[in-house]
Amino acid sequence: MVQGVLTLLVLQLVGEVLARAFRLPVPGPVIGLLLLILALSWRGGAPDWLTEAAEGLLRHLSLLFVPAAAGVVLHLERLRDEAFSLGTALVLSTLLGLVAAAWTTRRLMARTGPEEAGR
Amino acid sequence: MNLPLYEIWAYLQPTPLVGLTLTLAAYVLATSLYGRGREHPLLNPVLLAALLIASVVSLTPLDYATYFQGAQFVHFLLGPATIALAVPLVARGRELRRLAVPIAGGILAGGVVAAGSAVAIGWALGASDRSVCPLAPKSITAPIAMGVAERIGGLPSLAAVLVVATGILGAVAGPALLRRLGFTDVRVIGLALGTASHGIGTARAFQDGPLCGSFAGLAMAVNGAASALLIPLAFSLGALP
Repeated sequence: MVQGVLTLLVLQLVGEVLARAFRLPVPGPVIGLLLLILALSWRGGAPDWLTEAAEGLLRHLSLLFVPAAAGVVLHLERLRDEAFSLGTALVLSTLLGLVAAAWTTRRLMARTGPEEAGR
Repeated sequence: MNLPLYEIWAYLQPTPLVGLTLTLAAYVLATSLYGRGREHPLLNPVLLAALLIASVVSLTPLDYATYFQGAQFVHFLLGPATIALAVPLVARGRELRRLAVPIAGGILAGGVVAAGSAVAIGWALGASDRSVCPLAPKSITAPIAMGVAERIGGLPSLAAVLVVATGILGAVAGPALLRRLGFTDVRVIGLALGTASHGIGTARAFQDGPLCGSFAGLAMAVNGAASALLIPLAFSLGALP
C-alpha cells in the first residue's frame, strides 16, 4: 500500500519536472499517467500492491473533487452578468458532446464486431 | 457556562483539522443521502457535498481560504488518483486496443462537438470574448483547461468554474440522458462521460463499475492531452472566433 502510494507520488514528481523542463502544455499528473500506462503495459499488468493503492484512491474519486467544487459554487455569482449565454452554452454543449461521443462510439463499435458485449 | 469560543476558534483556524473534517463530513453525508434517495442523479455526491460546504463557508466565520488550508490535502490527491487510472486501463488493455478505432472516434467526435458547440452557442448569444474563450476547454480536466484558457486569451479562473460546472452537469444528467436515448453499453456511457465531463464524469462512471470507469478515465486522459494541443492550434488558425 505505502509502496503503491510512493510509486504514484514519484511518477507525479517526474511528470511535473518533465512538464516544466520541456514546457509541455499537459499537466504533470497526465504525464505520470502516460508513463505508468507504458510501464505497466511493458510489464504486462500491475503488481498487487499498486492495484491496492490505485483502487483505494479511485473508489472515492468523487471525494477528491469536493474542495474545488465548493470553491466554484461560491464563485458562481461572478457569472451573473453573462449567466444566460454562458449557462445555455454550457448545458447544450455538454449534452451534445455526450451524445456525439456515445453515438460515434456505438456506430464504430458495431463495425468492429462484437466479441464480448458490455452488458 | 461561558465558553472561550474566540480562543477555541483562534486555535483551530490555522490547523487543517476544520477543513479536512468538514470535507469528509460533507462527503459522508452527501453519499448517504445519495444512497437513501435511491441514487437520484440530482443527489450527486460531488454536487451535494460542494453545496453543503459552500453554505457553511457563507454562513459561518470560516472563509474559503481557511477551509482550503485543510481541504488541500484531499484536493492534492487528485494528482496521484489521475496517475492511478493507469491500473484499471492496463487491466483492460486488450479490449481497449481492440476497440482503439471506436474509442478514438468517439473521443474526437465528443471533444470537437463539446468545444465547438460551446464556443458557437456562447458567441451567438453574445457572450464577451473573454468569456467565450474559456468555454472551449470546459470539457477537459481543470488544470489543463486553465492553462489552455490562458493561452487563448480567456480568464483561467472562469475556465475552472465552467469546467467544474460541466463536470457536475454531465455527471448529473449524462447517464439518464444516454439511457433514455437507448445507449445501454456501459463502455459507451463511460466513454461519453469521460469525454464530455472529464474527472467528475469519470468519478460518476466508476459508480457504475470499473468497466464503465476505465472507459471514462481513458477518454478523460486522451481528450485532455489532445485538447491541450489542438484547442490553441484551432484558435491560432482562426477556426474558432
